[in-house]
Amino acid sequence: MLALQILIDGFAISSLYALGAAGFALMFGVSGVLNLSHGAIMVVAAVIAWWVGATFGVNPYLGAVAGILAALACAFFTYGVIARPIQNSPAIPKEEKEIFVLTGTLLWGIMLQGAIAYLFTNNPKTVRPLIEGVVMILGVRTPVNEILTAVLSWLVIGLLFLLVNRTRAGKSLLAASMNPRGLTLLGFELSNIYILVWAIYGIVAGIAGVLLGAFLGVSSDNAGTLTASAFSIVVLGGLGSVSGSLMAAYVVGYLETLTAYLVAPSIRTVPVLLLLVIVVYVRPQGLLGRR
Amino acid sequence: MIRSRTFQLVVPALLVLALLPFGVGGYILGLLIPAFYMAVFAMSWDLLFGFAGEVNFGPSFLIGIGAYTAALLNHYYATPIPLCLAAGAFAAVIAGVVLAVPALRLTGPYFGLVTLVAVLMLQNILVLFAGITGGEIGLDLPDVLAISDTTNYYYALVFMTISGAILFGLSRSPVGLILQASGQNAVEAAALGFNVAKHKLAAFCISAFFSGLAGAMLIFYMGTVSVGTVVDIAVGVNVIIAAVLGGRRTIIGAAFGAIFLIGAGELLRPLGQLSTFVVSAVALVVILFFPGGFMGRLLQTGGRE
Repeated sequence: MLALQILIDGFAISSLYALGAAGFALMFGVSGVLNLSHGAIMVVAAVIAWWVGATFGVNPYLGAVAGILAALACAFFTYGVIARPIQNSPAIPKEEKEIFVLTGTLLWGIMLQGAIAYLFTNNPKTVRPLIEGVVMILGVRTPVNEILTAVLSWLVIGLLFLLVNRTRAGKSLLAASMNPRGLTLLGFELSNIYILVWAIYGIVAGIAGVLLGAFLGVSSDNAGTLTASAFSIVVLGGLGSVSGSLMAAYVVGYLETLTAYLVAPSIRTVPVLLLLVIVVYVRPQGLLGRR
Repeated sequence: MIRSRTFQLVVPALLVLALLPFGVGGYILGLLIPAFYMAVFAMSWDLLFGFAGEVNFGPSFLIGIGAYTAALLNHYYATPIPLCLAAGAFAAVIAGVVLAVPALRLTGPYFGLVTLVAVLMLQNILVLFAGITGGEIGLDLPDVLAISDTTNYYYALVFMTISGAILFGLSRSPVGLILQASGQNAVEAAALGFNVAKHKLAAFCISAFFSGLAGAMLIFYMGTVSVGTVVDIAVGVNVIIAAVLGGRRTIIGAAFGAIFLIGAGELLRPLGQLSTFVVSAVALVVILFFPGGFMGRLLQTGGRE
């Protein structure tokens, strides 16, 4: 009974982690940007979805769309105002671009977090789920929303996979992650590819944010934790490896759920942190990463 | 030395700060005291990042270890303050060595993540053993450095000046140059015959020593220690912002950045929640348009030193 409960809850939370980390991993793989405003962008999506739903009383689908659009806008802003100017700046030495992008996106994340806390307070907010109600799965009471979260997460991840591997635009993304200079020589405009990857990233992060808001509820104080968990999952799986991140998301999701149910909810993140330290020491390239 | 721009900037600034208690009240002094300790945090971080090239996302790991070691000794064993300070600094150095071991094997984002995890672990441990450490609420200390604001102010100012002088001197010494070389290209530095590992380890120990000592002094000024003031990720983020804002690889700039950051945060306090937004926006603008920071800008106009 408890085992089944852990299995179901763990699956739902892991799927959501996988979705959240997929966008983060894709972004790093293609454009080399570790976006530390990731968590804040997810929070923006959730809070806007909640606000539109609660204020205008529209159906939850419209709220969700508004949330995703807000995340998309934030993603474009991150690219246009922070990532691109830093990467193109002649005043910043090449080997320091990384730390500048990290610091810049970190500050931007804090700004988003501060703005959300100012406009909507930092109380936790729960987005109205798309489908309400509960069902029994082999005797375990499961909210329909929890199933929907897992299904939608996998649907989006599947679409992302098809897009990257089966379409021309997606293949150019893959190529950019392997050899940007080679791609430019073949006549592709690199900045178009970056715009595409930020658009995909914004939509994926927005969906993940809205689902998270409906599943667990979100407060502006969560932004840092969300970024840290996406960062850990991606490093655990291997930077730049999307399939590694998906696997790592399940390891992290189940480890947290197991700890929360069997030991104590207050230390749910501790085993993950330990695992992370061990993996980084023993196998720095992550589970499926290549050097 | 007299003609160098850094010198011309720092000496008048220190003179003004030293005379400040005669002109202003306790409010300004109470604001500047934590700012001075923060300045030491930022300067030690700059030694590690600007010179050794190690992206340490967890300065508050070193600060927190120093602060909590001192606090626990003082709270439970009523150890005199100087001994607590020494123990705090020593514990922080050990923590620095612990952090240096992965740093020598990992690079860039991997090491950054390890330092982040170190802070989260420390925070979890402190909250888990709340019975001993006081958890989120914190621990009160029976002893304080001094009651009077002016005395506390001079303690902080002298401590900042001495630490700054040592760190700055170190960064301009041959050791600083070797560190800078190892930070920018470890392979080449090693090929030139420098022991990169030894120098980086030394940088970690020195940075940890000053961070831990400053953390311990800060809590003896405040009379209480808590996760939110010395360990939280937000504390570390502020240290990083201060150092980058003031100008990385300048040491002194980090101190200016820290004082600016705390001053700006206080001035904007009426804005409430919005003040963090404004401070971060200012910092972002500085990074985007003047990547050298305040100090980089000031030094640049007069040519290179």
